[in-house]
Amino acid sequence: MISDADIILIKEPKLSAADKLYLTQIAEGVKVTLNHLFFKPKITVEYPEEKRQLRVDNYRGVHRLNRDPDDRVACVACFMCETACPAHCIHIVADESPWDDREKYPEQFDIDELRCIYCGMCEEACPVDAIELTTEYDMVGHSRDEMIFDKEKLLSVYDQTKDVKPRKNPKISGYEGTGDRAKYDQLRQRLEEIVEKSSPDEANGGTSEGNKL
Amino acid sequence: MLSWLENQAVFSAVLSLLLIGGIMTSVAYCIYFERKISAWIQDRQGPNRVGFLGLFGNFHFWGLGQPLADGAKFLLKEDIIPSRVDKPLFILAPAISMVIALIGFVVIPWGGFYMLGDTLLSVQVANPDVGLLYVLGVGSMGVYGVVLGGWASNNKYSMYGAVRATAQMLSYEIPMGIAILIVVLACGELRLEEIVAGQVGGNGLWNIVLHPVAFLILLITLFAETNRAPFDLAEAEQELVGGFHTEYSAMKFAMFFLGEYVHMITGSAFICVLFLGGWELSFFGIGPAFPGTGIEDTGLISVLIKIGVLSVKVAFFIFLFMLVRWTLPRFRFDQLMRLAWKGLIPISLGLLILTVLGVYMGWQRSVIYNLGGEIAIVAATLGVVVLANKPVSGRQENMPALGQPLGG
Repeated sequence: MISDADIILIKEPKLSAADKLYLTQIAEGVKVTLNHLFFKPKITVEYPEEKRQLRVDNYRGVHRLNRDPDDRVACVACFMCETACPAHCIHIVADESPWDDREKYPEQFDIDELRCIYCGMCEEACPVDAIELTTEYDMVGHSRDEMIFDKEKLLSVYDQTKDVKPRKNPKISGYEGTGDRAKYDQLRQRLEEIVEKSSPDEANGGTSEGNKL
Repeated sequence: MLSWLENQAVFSAVLSLLLIGGIMTSVAYCIYFERKISAWIQDRQGPNRVGFLGLFGNFHFWGLGQPLADGAKFLLKEDIIPSRVDKPLFILAPAISMVIALIGFVVIPWGGFYMLGDTLLSVQVANPDVGLLYVLGVGSMGVYGVVLGGWASNNKYSMYGAVRATAQMLSYEIPMGIAILIVVLACGELRLEEIVAGQVGGNGLWNIVLHPVAFLILLITLFAETNRAPFDLAEAEQELVGGFHTEYSAMKFAMFFLGEYVHMITGSAFICVLFLGGWELSFFGIGPAFPGTGIEDTGLISVLIKIGVLSVKVAFFIFLFMLVRWTLPRFRFDQLMRLAWKGLIPISLGLLILTVLGVYMGWQRSVIYNLGGEIAIVAATLGVVVLANKPVSGRQENMPALGQPLGG
């Protein structure tokens, strides 16, 4: 219930004699529009020629498959990314490595860019930092087949974007091992308090929300 | 070589063909500029992609090919005629709207007279004695297209749009007629060519100097007459889907759309002729006529200069139309009616009495009398408005006062 004291009354603005003829207000409005017409900068970006600056530098765009310093594919075909992928869009065929420094290499490495949800899990899972998400967001194709990027395509994405090292995801505060330790401890302590408080319920057999956390 | 042209009838026919071509092209570009100006006002870019078939590489000419693409689109789209419409009227309505907008042009004096060989030709398709009355009559017939379209569509929203357009037209015809009557009284002429001649430098002042308030009233009613914002209640999207053209598609819709712009050009040319000296260029009639724009200049070049001068004036008004459209919100219906009946009509009646008195006393060319009288009338209106404490255009004074707890 809203009490009368909380109601703020807004009075209609008082119009001067000239305003009541409406003409001065039209002039006021035309002044604003003329100002926008001639002097205000355009906000729209002319897209293909001109790209908007991304607001974040960790934007998760199209994947790339990195090369090692010897220009070979860095991937060791460990299948971590394929396993981590929630959208099942990565398909790897491993083969015995022709090189001495590793056992396997990807004979085939396909990513279905249309299935991908750009969550970045593959990047997180990769033990050798071979797969990374670049900040490129404008990829197009004429067919669905064209949007399944194979190993060569992914390596060529690397060749085009190798000057930019994609920034890793920002550290998530409160997540153990990353971020602000003090803040994490604080959060953890609060969680434990909640768990303690709700423990009588837990004794009754229900799994409390706090315990789960 | 051009002797076959030395006949007013032939010349008029050729001129009318040229005018239709020129006007249809300028209408197409009006739509382009409307989109551009609306975009710029809203800090956008506007159409800028369509060039000329990519003939010039990546240079798009700021999207100047857009009207061609729009036209092609309108022609090629599916033309839907709903099954329950009144078919003959449904098809006729856009044509009426377009034709009526176009025939208004015939009496506009585009460039004085042209001496070809030994014949003095009027650069005007027709010069009837009742020139001004013709414009008035034709102008108010423009609503027929809207009404028939709305009626034939067999759709309540279309009908609402048509009804609104009719009510609006009826209300705004009155101040418009009176404003024009003021010019007629002051000039003593119905022929548009003569009205322009009366304003040429040396002959007299432009009518806008003598009758600024009448000019303003005519301008406002012109906005209403062309169904442009803030008077576009007949096609208020938020309330009536598309208004009278809800059921129209493809080229039929385009004809309504083009008709509106043709109407704008006619109206602008008309107001220029009446109040701004038409093809005349002497800065409010104060200075002498610009070289080549006097009445006695009838060479080809001076005719072209005159046409150019009138075109620039018309272009200014069209710009004004667009600027106002993207500035002002639409009137509410009661505000619309109040503005006409309680604002414009009383003021214009006052002006009419003033002018009649001026003509009777022989003061119709006196700046002091006209200006003084108009200022007095506006001041009196303003006084009434302030005393009544009600704005001319109306606000929500009939609503329960704010701050009163509703229902206790």
